[in-house]
Amino acid sequence: MSQFTEQFRRSFVIAKKNIKIYYSKGPVIIFGLVFPLFLALAYVIGRNISLKEVLPGLIGMTTFFTATSVGPSIVPWETRSKTLERLLCCPVALWTIIVGDMLSSFIFGLIISAIPLALTLVLTIEPLKFIILLFGLVIANLCFAALSVLLSAYPPTDIPATSMMLSSLVKFPLVFISGVFIPVEQLPQWGMTIASISPLTYFTDLTKQLFLNKGFYPLALDFLAVAAFAVAFIFAAVKLHEKTLAKRLS
Amino acid sequence: METAITVRDLTKHYEDVTAVDHISFEVKKGEIFGFLGPNGAGKTTTIRILTGLIRPDEGEAFVAGFDVLRNPIEAKQRIGVVPEVSNAYIDLSAWENLVLIGRLYGVPTQKLRENAMNLLKEFGLYEVKDKLVRAFSKGMKQRLLLCTALVNDPEVLFLDEPTSGLDVESARLLREKVNQYNRDGKTVFLSTHNMEEANQLCHRIAIINHGRIAAIDPPENLRAQSMELQYIEVAFNKPINPQEFSQNPNIIKAVSAGNKVRIYTANPSAVIEFLVDFAKKKRLQILSLNTMMPSLEDVFLKLIRGKEAAKQ
Ligand SMILES: Nc1ncnc2c1ncn2[C@@H]1O[C@H](COP(=O)(O)OP(=O)(O)OP(=O)(O)O)[C@@H](O)[C@H]1O
Ligand SMILES: [Mg+2]
Repeated sequence: MSQFTEQFRRSFVIAKKNIKIYYSKGPVIIFGLVFPLFLALAYVIGRNISLKEVLPGLIGMTTFFTATSVGPSIVPWETRSKTLERLLCCPVALWTIIVGDMLSSFIFGLIISAIPLALTLVLTIEPLKFIILLFGLVIANLCFAALSVLLSAYPPTDIPATSMMLSSLVKFPLVFISGVFIPVEQLPQWGMTIASISPLTYFTDLTKQLFLNKGFYPLALDFLAVAAFAVAFIFAAVKLHEKTLAKRLS
Repeated sequence: METAITVRDLTKHYEDVTAVDHISFEVKKGEIFGFLGPNGAGKTTTIRILTGLIRPDEGEAFVAGFDVLRNPIEAKQRIGVVPEVSNAYIDLSAWENLVLIGRLYGVPTQKLRENAMNLLKEFGLYEVKDKLVRAFSKGMKQRLLLCTALVNDPEVLFLDEPTSGLDVESARLLREKVNQYNRDGKTVFLSTHNMEEANQLCHRIAIINHGRIAAIDPPENLRAQSMELQYIEVAFNKPINPQEFSQNPNIIKAVSAGNKVRIYTANPSAVIEFLVDFAKKKRLQILSLNTMMPSLEDVFLKLIRGKEAAKQ
């Protein structure tokens, strides 16, 4: 157990390093800040609906894009710059490094989440709902951050742009089927089925419950689903990276 | 004598090559042990297994008293590594690099500051400690990598071709530091394809080729093993046909080399007596006479060729 805590502490050391190095990298700024900002503007402008109606989709979308912006590029980047091998020589498990990468992606998402969170305060939201939203945001950011690190595991490329592009191929379709643009209940049967395997669906549903009092799934299920996806992504990311790691050492 | 590294039957296959082929050896505490071999011999693969980066297909390895396969974290905690392909973080300063690695080893803050400070001073990087590593020369980067490998006071130090690509001056400093570290009773495991480096630094050398160990011995013994590779160079005041020496049973081979004759022999003293007699008889003057020991390079090539010939 003590070895586990020590390793977890070292994950934070890795996360701190990532924050110093990768937050200011071009692709992170573009995919994590510029892009969600314009997407958010495009989403809001020209739609004649109230802030309350806009916010659920907006929060879902921005959280999803910001929390997944750091994760995909770290491991390819470190493979390319040959720092990965140096890191692996240290007394850290592979999961320690992977969790560290997730943490840095998670913290990035969390910081940017403060913006939509501040917007909700304009709406004079009930305190209880605000707290539920806060919890939701934490779990969702973790879930998306884990997904983004998972997406960097395969293929074991050493080109950050490739990993960014491939993860975008997964991210965009997910946004379209997750109730951000089209509510889940308006989807055909097959659409609903696909929507149900996207973690973003449950998070968007969660925010809809809070702002509009109408959700497709029960609130508890939304929470449970996002949390379950988070756990699954964390385990899958560690396992898949373990599998592809040898290919990164050349 | 306690052992710092124990390796038994270590084997690693890649798709179509056997990178490491059932190798076994022991490294004593306080020893500088060299892994000498040509490109693709399996040096890096061995070091990666010993430092817990990749898992072997067969065999076992113990480092600093811990089973590398069962307990990699504990083993890694006690070693320092300069991998062959590795870099410091160029977006961090030298100081930040050291602190990062130190923290990953769990070195307490106060101790870490002390170690980092001393190492940077010792390796001449103190003045540039707050500069981004991006601006460092290759030699400075390599020195920094050695600093990061030492920041946790390791018991065993692994160096994979630490001086390759460095100029003479930087390489010399690096070797000096390795020696100094070793004088404190620490163990060093290094790989190189530079004979002279192995000769100067190592207490014992393992010669590895195609994933197999051809010999393990101190450098002097390795040379002694190949006594037939020693030769005498003699110069007379008149040109001589080397064929004239072929009758002597002590002489393996005689060839001319410039104005000298190079005589290969396992028995130099007998050949020297013979040459003196020869000069007297033929009324020649000996201008110079030198006995040359085989270089490690000769030994190396002989061992490797020998093994290859034996395989066919
Ligand atoms: N990741 C890998 N995938 C496939 N083959 C590999 C891999 N790593 C090493 N090899 C092969 O294993 C053999 C040993 O390689 P290794 O890197 O251990 O040699 P080395 O002695 O370190 O050589 P060098 O002096 O060039 O560094 C080589 O034939 C190499 O091609
Ligand atoms: Mg090598």
